Amino acid sequence: MLFFSYFKELVGKEVTVELKNDLAIRGTLHSVDQYLNIKLENTRVVDQVKYPHMLSVKNCFIRGSVVRYVQLPPDGVDIEILHDATRREARGD
Amino acid sequence: MSWAGFDPFYGTSLAENLDKKLLVILRDGRKLIGILRSFDQFANVVIEDAVERIIVGEQFCDVSLGLYIIRGENVVLIGELDPAREELPSHMQRVSYKMIEEARKAEREATELKGSMRKRMEFLDLE
Repeated sequence: MLFFSYFKELVGKEVTVELKNDLAIRGTLHSVDQYLNIKLENTRVVDQVKYPHMLSVKNCFIRGSVVRYVQLPPDGVDIEILHDATRREARGD
Repeated sequence: MSWAGFDPFYGTSLAENLDKKLLVILRDGRKLIGILRSFDQFANVVIEDAVERIIVGEQFCDVSLGLYIIRGENVVLIGELDPAREELPSHMQRVSYKMIEEARKAEREATELKGSMRKRMEFLDLE
C-alpha cells in the first residue's frame, strides 16, 4: 500500500513512465490504483519518431505490470515522510 | 463499477473509455485499434471491430480482426485516440498486406544479418 499512497500524493505532477518494452511516455499523473496501474493525461512519447502510432494518443492507461521506471520531478518527494512511512511499513504496522 | 461491490479500480477506471476508439499495445508489440466494449480488474478487455495496424518504417497496413477478447496479462498500454488528431504522421504510406509482410521479412533479415555480423566480430575483442 505504501507505493500506492505515495503515487496518490503525486497525482497532478509531470512524470515519465518507462515501460519494459523500452517505450517512454511523459505525461501528467491522472490516477493510480492498488496494482500501480497508471493513467496519464496529456501524454507525449519521448521518442515520437520511433513510435508513430502514438501520435494521436493524449491519454492512456498503463498496466502496472509493464512499468520499468517512473521518473519523478526532483521535488516530487518529501524524503522524511517517505522514510517514516517505510519504517512503519517494515515494522508491519 | 459500484454494482460489483468493492470497487477494485479506485482511481484508474477504464469506464471512461467505454465505447471509445482505443489503441491497445500488446506485449508482443502488436498494435490493435478498436472500440472498448468491456473490461475487468485484470485489464482483460473486449474490443469490437478490432484492426491490427502493422507498421514497418514509413509503411503501414490495417488488418481487420473483428471482435476480440484480450487477456489482461498481454496488455501493455491502452491509449485513447484523439479523434481531432491524425492517427499517424501524414508522410506514412498505407500499403497492401502482401507489401507490409515483405517489408517485415526484409526488416527481420536485416536485423538477423546485423546480429550475425556482430557475432563474427566478437572474437576481435575491439572494445
